[in-house]
Amino acid sequence: MTALLDINPLLDELETGLRDVLERRGIDNPALIGIRTGGVWIADILNKRLGLKQDFGELDISFYRDDFSRIGLNPTVTPSSLAFDTEGRDIILVDDVIMSGRTIRAAMNEIFDYGRPASIILATLIDLGARELPIQPDVVGKVLELETYQRVKLRGPEPLHIEFQETGQ
Amino acid sequence: MTAIDPSPNHLQLTRGGQLRHFLTLDGLNRELLTDILDTADSFIEVGERSIKKVPLLRGRTVVNLFFESSTRTRSTFELAAKRLSADVLNLDISTSATSKGESLSDTLLNLEAMASDMFVVRHSQSGAPHFIAESVTPGVAIINAGDGRHAHPTQAMLDMLTIRQHKGSFAGLKVAIVGDILHSRVARSQIRALNELGAEEVRVIAPGTLLPRDVEDLGCTVEYDMARGMKDLDVVIMLRLQKERMEGALLPSEREFYRLYGLNQDKLALAKPDCIVMHPGPINRGVEIESAVADGPQSVILNQVTNGIAIRMAVMSMAMGGQMAERQQKQLEREGGRA
Repeated sequence: MTALLDINPLLDELETGLRDVLERRGIDNPALIGIRTGGVWIADILNKRLGLKQDFGELDISFYRDDFSRIGLNPTVTPSSLAFDTEGRDIILVDDVIMSGRTIRAAMNEIFDYGRPASIILATLIDLGARELPIQPDVVGKVLELETYQRVKLRGPEPLHIEFQETGQ
Repeated sequence: MTAIDPSPNHLQLTRGGQLRHFLTLDGLNRELLTDILDTADSFIEVGERSIKKVPLLRGRTVVNLFFESSTRTRSTFELAAKRLSADVLNLDISTSATSKGESLSDTLLNLEAMASDMFVVRHSQSGAPHFIAESVTPGVAIINAGDGRHAHPTQAMLDMLTIRQHKGSFAGLKVAIVGDILHSRVARSQIRALNELGAEEVRVIAPGTLLPRDVEDLGCTVEYDMARGMKDLDVVIMLRLQKERMEGALLPSEREFYRLYGLNQDKLALAKPDCIVMHPGPINRGVEIESAVADGPQSVILNQVTNGIAIRMAVMSMAMGGQMAERQQKQLEREGGRA
């Protein structure tokens, strides 16, 4: 069984939350970075909603994954592209779903190889819990607690929607 | 990373079709070759960062085993391994253990006992890397950095990457390889790659004495006259005249060779106006190529060198990934067998 979860309230929540964090920290010129592929779609939307003049960056974390020694290299790796210097910048790192936190760790390692940012704010559309590392998002669209037979997946880019599946256990 | 018929006999591939050694382009299909090129594209981007290093091979040991001297290939393999965060050991075997009488197998087994994960092998004997992968140290990933007259697969792949960068794709391309085909392992690998990737025509241009017998069987057309051969070319690849491999009188003289087969501006003008000029290096200026061409606007010779690092990073990480995935699989099978 597949159901859809309306994405718009989650995006609204992210936008409001981010504006709030940026204001509290006094950040006026952040740079957005999305993690491929879902995070890039969300970063694209947030970049427009926040009215940032600069293009957002795209990260492919395949070269930084901590499971390379078990599964080998991701065959569909594509080049990361950051059109700005991360050195000294306030970064908003965006992903669609956070679970173990390992993707975010890899992404932060990669960002630091481009230069030392002033700060990183983490925004994720959905938080599924099940963390394995001490990494928490600053802003979340929605927290979901799934049963083992349930799956959630962001599909896109057009139309961008959240698919909610029950595997029938 | 699927490839044709990933049978267990296929030495280079795991049962899942992942690369685990890189010995030859024979048997690797277009999809896998394209995967290598795509992965290399991502590594080119890494080379442009402030920190040109990724942690993929952190804690792994790569040994450069050069039984035959080389500067460019060895140093780009070394840089590639270092940019993947591996520990690198460079051994110039011709001047070390073997001169004390140790056999090749013993040298390799000793290196394996030092927990090496990958050997990059250059050898004057065709088939040496294949032999090592099959019989000596099968648990170590073997990368062929040139063996005898047989193959030089990373050189051919960096050439393919350079062609794709400048021409977009291989469809419809007419490519010529000029010069000493007979002694060239590079030419063999290039012809194979160009055919697999779908180039329209691969031409070899050389005097009969510098062509192997039945050269057409490799998948190319033959042209003895350079002026005719340059017509309609999109890519011209010059080969180095391998003086150190010349045995007997294959050539009247270097001057004669240059007059007939050397690439100068007049001959280049016979090709398409956007024809690119390639050379695997080292260049013999005035023997196979004129300086004005080698340094000219159509030359992509230095791009080839930069691309060499990215291609070697791609092949090393893919082969190491395949080896480790395979070790993991065997471990699971052993555990499954006990349960």
